[in-house]
Amino acid sequence: MLSGGDQSVERIVPRSGFTMTLTLAAAAAMAFLAVFVAAVAGGADRLADAWEDSLTGTATVRAPVALGDGDALAQALGQVLDQTPGIETRRRIGTDEQAALLSPWFGDEIPLDLLNLPVLIEVTLTDEGPDAEELTDRLRAVSPEAVYDDHGQWQAPVQAAASRLRLLALTSLLVIGLITAAVLALAANASLAANGRIIDVLRLVGASDRFITRLFVRRFAVRAAAGAAIGSLIGLLAVLAVPAPDAATGAPGVGFSGAGWSWPFIVPVLAAIIAYGATRAAAARRLRDIS
Amino acid sequence: MIELEDVSVSYGDRPVFGDVSLNLPQGSFHFLTGPSGAGKTTLLRLCYLARRPDRGRVSLFGEPAAALDRDGVSALRRRVGVVHQDCQFVDHLSVAENVLLPVMVSGGDVAAAEADMKDLLSWVGLDHAAERLPTELSGGERQRAALARAVILSPDVILADEPTGNVDWEMSLRIIGLLVELNKLGKTILCATHDLSLIRQVKSRTSARVLRLRSGALELAGSDL
Ligand SMILES: Nc1ncnc2c1ncn2[C@@H]1O[C@H](COP(=O)(O)OP(=O)(O)OP(=O)(O)O)[C@@H](O)[C@H]1O
Ligand SMILES: [Mg+2]
Repeated sequence: MLSGGDQSVERIVPRSGFTMTLTLAAAAAMAFLAVFVAAVAGGADRLADAWEDSLTGTATVRAPVALGDGDALAQALGQVLDQTPGIETRRRIGTDEQAALLSPWFGDEIPLDLLNLPVLIEVTLTDEGPDAEELTDRLRAVSPEAVYDDHGQWQAPVQAAASRLRLLALTSLLVIGLITAAVLALAANASLAANGRIIDVLRLVGASDRFITRLFVRRFAVRAAAGAAIGSLIGLLAVLAVPAPDAATGAPGVGFSGAGWSWPFIVPVLAAIIAYGATRAAAARRLRDIS
Repeated sequence: MIELEDVSVSYGDRPVFGDVSLNLPQGSFHFLTGPSGAGKTTLLRLCYLARRPDRGRVSLFGEPAAALDRDGVSALRRRVGVVHQDCQFVDHLSVAENVLLPVMVSGGDVAAAEADMKDLLSWVGLDHAAERLPTELSGGERQRAALARAVILSPDVILADEPTGNVDWEMSLRIIGLLVELNKLGKTILCATHDLSLIRQVKSRTSARVLRLRSGALELAGSDL
């Protein structure tokens, strides 16, 4: 009924006015925040995933050596590992390789013999992995100070931080949604009040409440969606401008992955739905008050 | 078409009129007269359901108004053309759009109604003013635009509240002439005016009856005008 590109009907409620500007600006600001918050959560997720990917499936065996007998010890430990179910491959990280890892801290001229580097064996695990306690016992039978490190102590806090951030982001999004609804309801109320005379005239010529409500609801939903689209776009550009997270350095990042990319496109739709609901409620209340 | 039965209205504790009855049969022409403040506008408002009576019954097209919900009231208003005393335009819409307003709110085909709108505007002598804003019209022009809007949906009943309120004698005759034309087309007309000379002028040309509101009562005026 209101479709068919009927411009006259669209013109009944004035396009200009501070409530329209307020709706546009508020929707844009809230959409920007929503996209940004979602990107922070997405970045935390990505970082946690990257950490997990690099950490799971591998473990390290470390044992200190008295001068000289490193090779023998490595061989003995290797035998233990070979007899352990759950260990897929093993590879000794030689002193040269360890030196390379240490060079960023100590420079190229490391006195290897003075540092007394431990035996380091990197292992890859099967999906089930070994029984860490039992393996540690058997390794210690070979070398009392041997350590089996499956990076478990790193993963737990990363996971905890990521899920905490996800919860925070969700709460923020909820708050953003509520504030948006409140601001839009306020704007709709102000607009209904400012256009009270028009509403009176419309009712006098036989407009139903549904017709009047639809005029305002449409205007506000379209405004809110437009504002949110602008805000989302700016938010998206801002997110893209932040460097990607890096698991190796642990640098935090913002961004989306997979389905998260649809978020900037969902936000304007959500804004329209919020505007629709808020305006409808405001109009229903207003129209009930005028007899 | 419109029936009031023993209706009473008061604002606060000040009664406007009490136990007034009125029956407008189809195709009739009634003038409603009486001094300023007698309650002419109030009576018309009862007829297009802008006010409910404190007591008594109002029926439109045979339907008791008390039973109607808000949507029912809206639907009935689309079947009654009203020229309001203060015209009631949407000021940022053009005269043409204001005349089309009843079509818009009834969900009708606005593009198709544009031809009717143009015909009506030229019928009331306002073809030149279609694109102007209502605020840019003279008093008489506003009244005529309001009349055009009142009849765009081709209602069976037309209620006019002082349609000649602020226009000169010649324009008054012209506007009343338009109402007479509508009555000849079979429309039921109720026209409130305090201008007795206007009524005398028109009465000879139609079968119009004159109702008089005075001190809270409605009476049929005869030769004592
Ligand atoms: N909304 C209102 N609140 C209180 N009193 C009102 C209201 N509307 C009208 N009245 C009073 O009711 C009485 C009748 O008013 P009404 O407008 O019906 O008179 P009228 O016959 O149309 O007068 P006029 O010829 O000046 O248009 C007047 O005394 C007026 O002051
Ligand atoms: Mg009056």
